[in-house]
Amino acid sequence: MSEIIQIKNVSKSYWRNSLEIPVLHNITLGVEEGEFLALMGPSGSGKTTLLNLIAGIDRPSRGELSVAGTDIAKLGESALAKWRSSNVGFVFQFYNLLPVLTAYENVELPLLLTKLSKSEKKKHVEAALNIVGLGDRMKHYPKQLSGGQEQRVAIARAIVTDPVILVADEPTGDLDKNSAQEILTLMERLNKEFKKTIVMVTHDQHAAERASRLLHLDKGDLSANGKG
Amino acid sequence: MKIFKLIFKNALRHKLRTTLTILGISIAVIAFGLLRTVVSAWYVGVDAASANRLITRQAVSFIFPLPLSYKDKIEKIPGVTDVSYANWFGGVYKDKNQFFSRMAVDPETYFDVVPEFVVPSQELENFKKERNSCIIGADIAKLYKLKVGDQMSLEGDIYPGTWDFVIAGIYQPKFKTTDAMQMLFHWDYVNERMKVEMPGRENQVGWYVVQVGDPSKSAQISSQIDALFKNSPDETKTETERAFTQGFISAYGSIITSMNVMSWAIVGIILLVLGNTMVMAARERTREYAVLKTLGFSAKHIVGLIFGESMFISFLGGGIGLLLTFPIVAGFSQVIPKGIFPVFEIETITVVLSVGAALLIGVLASIFPIQRALGTKIVDGFRFVG
Repeated sequence: MSEIIQIKNVSKSYWRNSLEIPVLHNITLGVEEGEFLALMGPSGSGKTTLLNLIAGIDRPSRGELSVAGTDIAKLGESALAKWRSSNVGFVFQFYNLLPVLTAYENVELPLLLTKLSKSEKKKHVEAALNIVGLGDRMKHYPKQLSGGQEQRVAIARAIVTDPVILVADEPTGDLDKNSAQEILTLMERLNKEFKKTIVMVTHDQHAAERASRLLHLDKGDLSANGKG
Repeated sequence: MKIFKLIFKNALRHKLRTTLTILGISIAVIAFGLLRTVVSAWYVGVDAASANRLITRQAVSFIFPLPLSYKDKIEKIPGVTDVSYANWFGGVYKDKNQFFSRMAVDPETYFDVVPEFVVPSQELENFKKERNSCIIGADIAKLYKLKVGDQMSLEGDIYPGTWDFVIAGIYQPKFKTTDAMQMLFHWDYVNERMKVEMPGRENQVGWYVVQVGDPSKSAQISSQIDALFKNSPDETKTETERAFTQGFISAYGSIITSMNVMSWAIVGIILLVLGNTMVMAARERTREYAVLKTLGFSAKHIVGLIFGESMFISFLGGGIGLLLTFPIVAGFSQVIPKGIFPVFEIETITVVLSVGAALLIGVLASIFPIQRALGTKIVDGFRFVG
């Protein structure tokens, strides 16, 4: 299988006043299409930064970064935004649903940027919510849902545009054990049944074990571990 | 769902805060409209001034009289088509708090030079015949429930004593801006009593009303009139009726300027109120904007969301305020003595300015939140703790 994510000698530093804070050092990584990759590491190791680079919401300081055939480091802001909307689905630790919108409307959000007709949008949203098992909660607001259900809505929002890759940052970090298992099972299903490439950052060893490959980041350096 | 729905839902997210902001804007727009109406009401007299009328008064001050003998000399100046005269009478009718103009005028000529006071011909004839008769404006008749044939008694101050009049006619204002709160009576009636009771004050007029055939020659004719009486004991100052009225208003210049400044200060206050609401809203939604950007929403979408919300609130507040301004101004016009502001109503320019102010406020209030939302990187937005 071909590599859908190609990272070559990527470094990332942040600047605080005039002080350079290196976060990632010379990372080289390839992720194959349909792979389920878990990134683990202690706090501050750079795993979320690496995820953000892959997702195109941050830019590398140095190196080459190609995702789904696009050199995203070279895209301008609006081109990058457009690229994200059609290529990447996001799952966050704290769900990040808009509280004023229903589950249906939250899932529909990414489709507002498409030219789909109203009925097509409806079909997509209902399909996404049915995949995550919340077909009967469409009119519920986030505050009317449990944490696990909110995360499932967030996953539905992430897959509604049928993106090439899914990035998940601690998707079970805010959930109880049972809900976490449900989310992980759902992600496994998305990977195996719907062939989605998934890159997941997690602190949880049990969550990481669901992935097909596990990598460790420590102080900005990447090392393989266990699976893969 | 459309973006507009999200704007609407965002605006109503904090119902109390949004309601209070809308209420604040509404009250401010009402205050703005009311102040602008007062300012424009001051200038109604200026707007109502005729282009072909000049006023000749004593050069030193309006309070000093001119000799009656000037009339014949002014009439002979080429371009002058008619000359009349009047005296400010003052006095009190019933209640000294109820003010309206009371003037002694030349009955033969006054209504010729002031044709916007429309008097039925029979009533005008009766007025000319009866020396102690008067003609009153329709608003005075309405206010005091007076009709032709009724008596009016004034208590004089500039011209002391009790002065009794019989109403010979009621004039209707020709235009909306015409003052219908004037009481006009015979100059001769006052002059005769002056001869007897206050010798030395007879044969004096307050000012001349000079009608000219060609308004473009007003400046030239004014100079000719004033030249005629130069170096005399009673030099004159002649100016257009508009300039004459403007001169009266300039006496209240600082009050009008204050009102103007206050009306715009109110706009500034609304801006701060809405600006504060928008800044708070944008700050609270820093993370949400990061989410939207992550999902692919571009800068123009974020601008649209914030700008749209700001405009929604400002227009709703402005619209409610403007709609309420009409009945409130109408209520004020009932309470304010007609003699002070003959016309007290919202002008089109006030409506335009109110709408313009709401538009401007909506735009300005969104600038800082937009700048902040766009300037925040996605990764910083996710780290933001409000």
